[in-house]
Amino acid sequence: MDSSVIEFTDLTKKYGSFTAVDRLNLSIKEGEIFGLLGPNGAGKSTTILMMLGLTEPTFGSVTVCGINSTTNPVDVKKKAGYLPEDVGFYDDYTGFENLMYSARLNSIPENEAKEKVTYLLDRVGLSDQSTKKAGKYSRGMRQRLGLADVLIKSPEVIILDEPTLGIDPKGVNEFLDLIVRLSREEKNTVLLSSHHLHQVQKICDRVGLFVGGKLIALGDIKTLSQQLFSHEPFIIEAGVDSSLKGLGADRPFQHLAEDLESQIRTIQGVVSVVRDNDLFRITASDDITGDIAKAIVGSGLQLKSLSRKEYGLDDIYNRYFEENGNSK
Amino acid sequence: MGWMIFITVISKRMEIVNNLSDRIRKLKDSSFIRSIRSALSVGERPAYEYHSGTPGPFAVMIKKEISDHIRSWRFIILFVIIILACLGSVLSGLQGFSNAVKAAGRDEESFFFLRLFTASDETLPSFFVFISFLGPLLGIAMGFDAINMEENKGTMSRIMSHPIHRDNIIIAKFVAAIAVLSVMFFFLGFITIGLGIITIGIPPTPQEFLRIMSFIILSILYVSFWLSLSIFFSVRFRQPATSALSGIAVWLFLTVFYSIIVSVIAKAAAPSEMASTQQVMKYQQVIVGLFRILPSELYSDATTTLLVPTVRSLSPLTPEKIYGAIPNASLPLGQSILIVWPQITGLIAATIICFVISYVTFMKREIRSR
Repeated sequence: MDSSVIEFTDLTKKYGSFTAVDRLNLSIKEGEIFGLLGPNGAGKSTTILMMLGLTEPTFGSVTVCGINSTTNPVDVKKKAGYLPEDVGFYDDYTGFENLMYSARLNSIPENEAKEKVTYLLDRVGLSDQSTKKAGKYSRGMRQRLGLADVLIKSPEVIILDEPTLGIDPKGVNEFLDLIVRLSREEKNTVLLSSHHLHQVQKICDRVGLFVGGKLIALGDIKTLSQQLFSHEPFIIEAGVDSSLKGLGADRPFQHLAEDLESQIRTIQGVVSVVRDNDLFRITASDDITGDIAKAIVGSGLQLKSLSRKEYGLDDIYNRYFEENGNSK
Repeated sequence: MGWMIFITVISKRMEIVNNLSDRIRKLKDSSFIRSIRSALSVGERPAYEYHSGTPGPFAVMIKKEISDHIRSWRFIILFVIIILACLGSVLSGLQGFSNAVKAAGRDEESFFFLRLFTASDETLPSFFVFISFLGPLLGIAMGFDAINMEENKGTMSRIMSHPIHRDNIIIAKFVAAIAVLSVMFFFLGFITIGLGIITIGIPPTPQEFLRIMSFIILSILYVSFWLSLSIFFSVRFRQPATSALSGIAVWLFLTVFYSIIVSVIAKAAAPSEMASTQQVMKYQQVIVGLFRILPSELYSDATTTLLVPTVRSLSPLTPEKIYGAIPNASLPLGQSILIVWPQITGLIAATIICFVISYVTFMKREIRSR
């Protein structure tokens, strides 16, 4: 059950002196939806290219379904479907013809191919556009056609490179739902790369955080933020009114704010306070939003906004770089 | 003696080709033999053809490339231009042709049918001159965006994610273009023969027919060279415009500027009037050798020899060589081919070199999405 489908062993790719992927060790289990998260240029695409034998690793190896991708790419490509970032189709062929060509490349007999293409076009919601030239498809439609193209060979593993890039938010949700539904039905293993944590955190069983060619954290989103923010899992942002209108205050705003800042520091659980004129940014080990609100109201300043922020990928990146900077 | 040297040269070339093909076979992902076998559907079927009776991916790709070429406006336009040019030259050549035939009389040795391809009436250049001029353009046009267009449109990485060997793509592009070119040239050749038969009323002799066929094959070879050169540029350059321009630049350089440069050199290096015969001979050979770097020169040398059976040598003739020769006697086809064998191998070698370079570059390439 827990057999691993994709296995990276010390995978390394160097371009000259630049290391794109640095000794990656990772195994992805059967039936899992795995998200490879990282900023642009982190080496996600390079890792995927090596999985399909489209580029050779400098060192180490990657196996898909037990087959080495570098020495046996064709057998890997029989089992794994790949949707490249910004997938392209032959513009002067219709969506149907494009898929038929892919089916033929997979040596699927003509009759079976026709049925399958029709079925898949229906599944991705393009059946009424199937006679339209692919050159006239929108970005989202192309992406869905790309998904159908991946599924045509009934893959065991689906690899998606930035599948949500350039689609509007509604389209993103639909597309991700589609991926989850289709992969759950067929019990596929899915590996998708993205730099949008929020878009993929919903569907991924597990994510790996990939920065600068290194896998820096691994697990589901909750464990990931706990791992990185174990001391200060909460960020609270509080804004106060700096105009002091209608308060009849006897002291200037700056003084009041400084007093408030030191008062907040005394609250139990506060780790740090950063003030940017009228905006307080507080990190804390507990959820102390209520205490902060009380303190602000008590200080005689007017509370304008109060929000508890959740950690997103950006914060995780920032945190990572902060830690890196500190350790140096 | 000459034969011995000839054979050693050929076998050395074969060795080089063998070495190269060994190296290519060792390249990862290679499937030259397998893919050809699958295209022809003979022998052992490759492992990835799991459904029997369906064509292998290589055959599918060739089919698609061929239909893409035939449907593309680019090919249609070039096809029409070449047809018009060639038919124009044949028709203008036919003016006053009947008089020439009457003068020559029907004689096995006169080969007047071949004159269809070489005749011109001053207004238009002859058939084979047209092909040596327009052929490169055709080859460049059919290959300049073969690889980079797929890369720019993002189709390359998608196609490559299907279970096909990487070299299938580039070989399919090359083979499909050559197939289309071959059909086109045979079509042109047969149309001209037909026109000739209708207007003159005499069918070609078997030898004439064979000579015309070898001329057509030679033309295909010549255009294939330009095709493989432009496929090389399409692998090398990311932008189709750049690769098209480099192809055209090479063509212009070789047709216009190279001969100017060589004639300047020839003038500067011309031996004095006092020079000995050996010196003059050597000088002549160097100049001719310089010209023979040109593929168009190789092509026109070979075509003239094939289409004009009386040509018996392509190098300067000394009185010793002519001594005892029968004037105006024509050579049999085998001997004509023997004379131009270096030209033919040269063209084949140039084509293969260009193709091998682009093949190796492409095989080592990392295939990124757009």
